[in-house]
Amino acid sequence: MTIIYLLLSISVIVALVFFIAFIISVKKGQYDDVYTPSVRMLFEDELVKPESGKNQSLNKVKSS
Amino acid sequence: MIENSMENRSCFHCGDPCEELILHEGKYFCCSGCKTVYDILNSSDLSYYYELEKTPGISPKIKESKFDFLENPEISEKLLEFDDGKRQIVSFMIPSIHCSSCIWILENLKKLHPAVNNSQVDFPRKTIRISFSNQDLSLKELVLMLARIGYEPSIALDSMEKNEKKEQVGRSLIYRLGIAGFAFGNIMFLSFPEYFEMNEFWLERFKHVFRWLMFAFSLPVVFYSGWGYFTSAYKGLRSGILNIDVPIALGIAVLFIRSSAEIILDLGTGFFDSLSGLVFFLLLGKFFQQKTYSFLSFERDYKSYFPIAVTRLTGDSQQEEQVPVYKIEEGDRVIIRNEELIPMDCVVLQGEANIDYSFVTGEAEAVAKKSGDKLFAGGRQQGGIIEVEVLKPVQQSYLTQLWSDEVFSKDKRSTFQSLTDGISRRFTFAVLSIAFIATLFWLLYDPSKALNVFTAVLIIACPCAIALAAPFTLGNLLRIFGKKQLYLKDASVIEQMAKIDTIVFDKTGTLTTSQKDKITYEGLELTEEELSLLNGSLRASNHPLSRSLYSILKKNQITVPEKFEEITGSGLQTSLPDMSLKLGSKGFVKPVVQTGGVLVDEEEMSNNTSVHLSFNDQYKGCFSFQNSYREGLTKVFEELGATRELIILSGDNSGEKERLEALLPSGIKMFFDQKPADKLQFISELQKQGKKVMMVGDGLNDAGALAQSDVGIAISEDINVFSPACDGIMAAKQFFKLPRFMELSNQAIRVIRWSFLLSLCYNLVGLGFAVTGQLMPVVAAILMPLSSISIVAFTSLATQLIGKKLGDKKQS
Repeated sequence: MTIIYLLLSISVIVALVFFIAFIISVKKGQYDDVYTPSVRMLFEDELVKPESGKNQSLNKVKSS
Repeated sequence: MIENSMENRSCFHCGDPCEELILHEGKYFCCSGCKTVYDILNSSDLSYYYELEKTPGISPKIKESKFDFLENPEISEKLLEFDDGKRQIVSFMIPSIHCSSCIWILENLKKLHPAVNNSQVDFPRKTIRISFSNQDLSLKELVLMLARIGYEPSIALDSMEKNEKKEQVGRSLIYRLGIAGFAFGNIMFLSFPEYFEMNEFWLERFKHVFRWLMFAFSLPVVFYSGWGYFTSAYKGLRSGILNIDVPIALGIAVLFIRSSAEIILDLGTGFFDSLSGLVFFLLLGKFFQQKTYSFLSFERDYKSYFPIAVTRLTGDSQQEEQVPVYKIEEGDRVIIRNEELIPMDCVVLQGEANIDYSFVTGEAEAVAKKSGDKLFAGGRQQGGIIEVEVLKPVQQSYLTQLWSDEVFSKDKRSTFQSLTDGISRRFTFAVLSIAFIATLFWLLYDPSKALNVFTAVLIIACPCAIALAAPFTLGNLLRIFGKKQLYLKDASVIEQMAKIDTIVFDKTGTLTTSQKDKITYEGLELTEEELSLLNGSLRASNHPLSRSLYSILKKNQITVPEKFEEITGSGLQTSLPDMSLKLGSKGFVKPVVQTGGVLVDEEEMSNNTSVHLSFNDQYKGCFSFQNSYREGLTKVFEELGATRELIILSGDNSGEKERLEALLPSGIKMFFDQKPADKLQFISELQKQGKKVMMVGDGLNDAGALAQSDVGIAISEDINVFSPACDGIMAAKQFFKLPRFMELSNQAIRVIRWSFLLSLCYNLVGLGFAVTGQLMPVVAAILMPLSSISIVAFTSLATQLIGKKLGDKKQS
């Protein structure tokens, strides 16, 4: 049953790792703005074909 | 017909209705500014901007010279966050950030200019942080680029003061909460085995490890997360107040000492689980209450509006140079351009001053001043360039002196005793007496249990649920208010609002709208042709008065003038081959010779703004603009006046008195010609009479009164743009809901009272266990979170219910 020491220390270490990750994330300012990233992640990374994008927006206007 | 179809078009970029139509690449634009932005974005392959939101843009209005001061190294150095000679980092507040497209375009600045390395938007705060290499792009060019695409940063005197401190406070609570939560979770795991099996073999062997681990986890909870309660309790005791933190600190201390003693002496497991849970829940309440509207600032003073730099004339050669505003001294000569704010008291030397004091008084109408007239700080020049001589520098000007009053340095809340503090005084006494009586009883009956009971009472009576009731109720209501566009500084303002018995209103800008939309025409009747030329001329003009006049006149026909000339500060002059029109101020329209017509009463003119017009130099008459009072004003006063004393405090003359009296229920006191300092004084006089005063105002001249009053609410037409320091900012169009907001704050207090009752029940049950000496750790561990959670559930539901009322009544 002394295995419990090992298990305990592993569980505490895992908890501590997450805890430290949390502290670092606060320190880096990840909690200062909790809204913008939720919008940012929905943006396209790059416009693959700017041409088609242009046409689309043109069509939109025409149809509206 | 054509006109109609044009009216219906809205700008592809900004969505404003197009009055002057520009067709470009199959899209319609309201002005060439919007078209330019579209071109810029399109040529940089950034047209995805328009895919994200429909009409996301802002029509850009830029004046390049406006940012000349950024070339001054002294100023730019203060604005920059980081500068290593190659790379610079700067943060700006951009009030026009409003949708996801804004985020996208601003974070893609590097595509617009290669020198921009990186830009990051903080949407709730409406700020952007840009890092750029200054060899290819100067700070001024960067700002101009932002302005050109419609995102003009607001750079004011207070941009130079970095407010990093604020952020630290917010983060420290997150740290505390995180640590408490982390310890709480781990301690729960570790204490779980002992809840059930008490005599199991393996548990007996390992329980010491478990207990000491719990002890280790509880250390940061007590000495870091919960430490604030000890300092606050100590401060409270020292100033003679038994605030809610006193019993909490007592509870935490007793919990920790007894638990530590138990495990050291091997008597039991202790109450580490309850201890960490308690701290965690309490901090959670604090976190919840700490809803802040980060894009609003409640601490703004004149520094948020005054420019950083002005143009000074030096030497005999009259050289212009940009100088930081605080370096301006008495006797300096300064140039003020169109749309610039005057940061000091001065005398006009040259040029025609046309000063809009809306920042100060809330009155949007510009006042004409001639050379030799005195100007006060806070006015905005409209029209041409003027040259002025400084009488008093910024810090000593008429307006800014108001801020040297001690009201602004005093913390309002420190003198305010909240409902929770009130109840905690009685509660603490009750708990302490119960503890002592129970201990006395056990000392006589069974001395071995006395200490156990004493500590158990203090532990179970720890007013966790009471301390949570107010934060959750008020925090929730704060959010509901925020949705209805009343933004309060913090939750305690709601408690204050419920106590208000006197409400003081400013008149101009608060009770009246800043737009002048009540227009009356006096003079000779106009013919069809004249009207159509008038319409055509008005359409082409950008002056606010022309705009509102244009929107009101009937438009049967529109003749576009062939010649159009706008003379800033006086009016406009247009002509057709056979007809000419002059429109504007009296002096401009009616030159030296008076050509008969209607003589307008001089006295009336001083109260109203008027636009005069003449055709072919024949004076026709004038349009008078009057301030109109806000919608629902009478009703608001009737409802509020039923239970509260209402007072009107105006900085203007008493010209409107009769109109107000006719409009409002009787018995409302009105005071006119009040200077900013008078208003402050007036409020404090009321307070000396024991009244709880709420001030509703709007301009910087109300700032003193807003700060002095128990609750200062600033009415703002545009939430993002302007408001003086206050406790709450209210959107002007929500003014009619003021009685509802007051009613709701009263109901919130009732909800808090009910939850106090509820949590007292829990405490009584717990005390039953405690005084009989049967308090098991598992009971405490169940009771504590149960009471907290049920209080949270109760208050959330109750506030949601009363909040719904606000929405329903709006529709009716």
